[in-house]
Amino acid sequence: MYHKEKSIQIKNSASALYNNLSVLRIAPRRLTHFTVVHANMVNMVSASWDGLNYTHRQLQSKEPNVATSTSLIMQAAFCVLPSRDLLVLTSQKGIQMYESDGSIMVYWHALDTPETPTGKHTAFRYNCFTRVSSGAFLVFDVPSKGSNITLSEVLEEHKESITDMASECSGSQECIANLVTADDDGNLCVWKSGEEFQLLNKIPGFDMSCSSVKLWKGTVVAGYGTGQIRLYEAVTGILHAEINAHARWIYSVDVAPFSGLLLSAAEDSLVRVWHMTINPDTNSVEVAHLHNECVTDTQICGAKFCDGDGYAFAVTGYDLSEIIRYIQS
Amino acid sequence: MSMRTVPLVFINLGGEMLYILDQRLRAHNTSEDHSDKGLWSENDRKRVMNDIVGTMFSKAFMDELLKPQQLYSHRTMKTVLTRLAHASIMRLNPASMDRLYELMVMAFKYQVFLCPRPKDLLLISYNHMDAIREFVKDTPVVVNQVDETHRKIIEAYSSLSEGQFQLLRQTLLIFFQDMHVRVSLFLKNQIQNPNGRFALTTSGPVPQGTDVPGLIRIFDCHGREVRRREFPSGGSYTSAIREGSFELRGNRVIRLGMNMYVCTHAEHTLEKSCSTLSTDDTPNPLAKEELNLLARLMGSMKAENKPRGESGFRINLFTTDEEEEEAGASGGAEESLYGVINIQAMQDEQAALELARIAGQFAEQEEKPEKLSGDKGEELLAMMDDL
Repeated sequence: MYHKEKSIQIKNSASALYNNLSVLRIAPRRLTHFTVVHANMVNMVSASWDGLNYTHRQLQSKEPNVATSTSLIMQAAFCVLPSRDLLVLTSQKGIQMYESDGSIMVYWHALDTPETPTGKHTAFRYNCFTRVSSGAFLVFDVPSKGSNITLSEVLEEHKESITDMASECSGSQECIANLVTADDDGNLCVWKSGEEFQLLNKIPGFDMSCSSVKLWKGTVVAGYGTGQIRLYEAVTGILHAEINAHARWIYSVDVAPFSGLLLSAAEDSLVRVWHMTINPDTNSVEVAHLHNECVTDTQICGAKFCDGDGYAFAVTGYDLSEIIRYIQS
Repeated sequence: MSMRTVPLVFINLGGEMLYILDQRLRAHNTSEDHSDKGLWSENDRKRVMNDIVGTMFSKAFMDELLKPQQLYSHRTMKTVLTRLAHASIMRLNPASMDRLYELMVMAFKYQVFLCPRPKDLLLISYNHMDAIREFVKDTPVVVNQVDETHRKIIEAYSSLSEGQFQLLRQTLLIFFQDMHVRVSLFLKNQIQNPNGRFALTTSGPVPQGTDVPGLIRIFDCHGREVRRREFPSGGSYTSAIREGSFELRGNRVIRLGMNMYVCTHAEHTLEKSCSTLSTDDTPNPLAKEELNLLARLMGSMKAENKPRGESGFRINLFTTDEEEEEAGASGGAEESLYGVINIQAMQDEQAALELARIAGQFAEQEEKPEKLSGDKGEELLAMMDDL
């Protein structure tokens, strides 16, 4: 179903962090940005679609006082907003936002508590969210241009550190649930965005960390440390499906929104592709397994579809200095 | 990242160090090579073990480690572990210490990498502590120290969640990142590939709490299972085996962290690695903080464990003296990166005074105290960086 394509070499190896790969497709310029975190820096590669040009850039976490410590970056992710894209980095000292090509830093938010942030950012409308390890997450208002970014809300609902968050808005219809946040205890919070954020539902975990979460057509797709994937209806919390997917800790799940393809990757060296279908009559979800890829001797830490249809996906692994790509045959 | 890595790093790296030293000390007993200064007797070996373990598991040292703190750099770790090793009558030259450190770190990296679930890091640590207890079993005082430390570890880590253990593990993996030193023993047992990476199989038992992959279950809106389907897992997994004991004594079940060198003989050598541990020679802004840490750690090691002015026994981690000289020569390039520092002057003065005092007490025995303290000071200085 998929075959391996030429890998992209990166300057440093990937660190063992959840969701350690972010992909941004820039159709007008026919290129794709990839970011991978290595300890205290972010490796960015911009690959042209014809496969001929690769530009590399490295970003380091900046902090107000360089002399005190070298700062490890927890996550780097692209935020897609209606009028602009941002690259957001979180480190132990604070949050930095860059233009999506990494050229200019537009915002810096220092975290004054000594808590280590486990920053993951996802965008919706004009806001960008970042989570910190105290269980709170920060909502930033981002203007369509410039650096006048402001912190608008701090939401505290989780008791354990937030590990991942995901948002969606299908645009045409009125979305009920826009955002889901997951924490280290496996608890999921479902929110509705607006002037103020509203908590719609809390889905309890079973004391098992949820490392990666996505939201698709009102369905929460969550990957857990036990290797299980669970699909919940976001607003009601009803469990639709449970998959004993991996033999080790899941590090990344991703969804291709136009086709309903689901990608899961874990420390067991396997990447799996699934297909989700939603039955509108019964409002139930179906999951079928499609494909496996084994990255020999590698604990995978990032896996993302490169496009909305799931035609291609990319994978990173701990200690691996390349981004491995697969394309549908 | 995690602030609780330091105690586990010391216990596991220290444990690996003791395994290797134990094996080398036994090897010297059976060695044909009589060019060594002196063969090691059973008593000598036990004495080395007692001295090192006693220092490492001393209350002051452990209390310092148990404070929540960031993980140290490789340089600092190597310095402190060298100092621990030199708490005995044994002497290691820099080239041997470098090789020893690489072996220790690669072994621990292997254990952390293959750790079935993050909480099992504790079982790996307990395997090391069980073996350490065996090494010093004839000395009840030291056994008590190990037990006391074990209790403190149980207390400090028993409340951590699985997610927090995974963060700890991820912090360690960053510490080990990009190290691919090939070790003969690992290559021979096929746990490491020729390219230096560890083998990760898609077979065997799944960790505690995980189900064997291969099942999809679909539920209706009332929570009833309406369908189940299987899918090919791409591996051959079996159910989890029973859980190991997290108590002071017990069967740990997993074998990671146990002594891999027990059945091997002296001929195991280190391969020349294609990618050596890259020394970061950019000025480290953390250096000042780390040196303060170092000073506190060194200060908390008991003074009495310093050598009593006997001529130190040299230990060779290579099979022949020639190899050691070669390594020393090639390691010379690395050595030149290390400058000399004078920040530790006060510490060393104390050490030198202490040594002189103790040496004075044993004046009637054959000794070379000046040479020893001089060597010791030089060795210590040679390991520090320019600020």
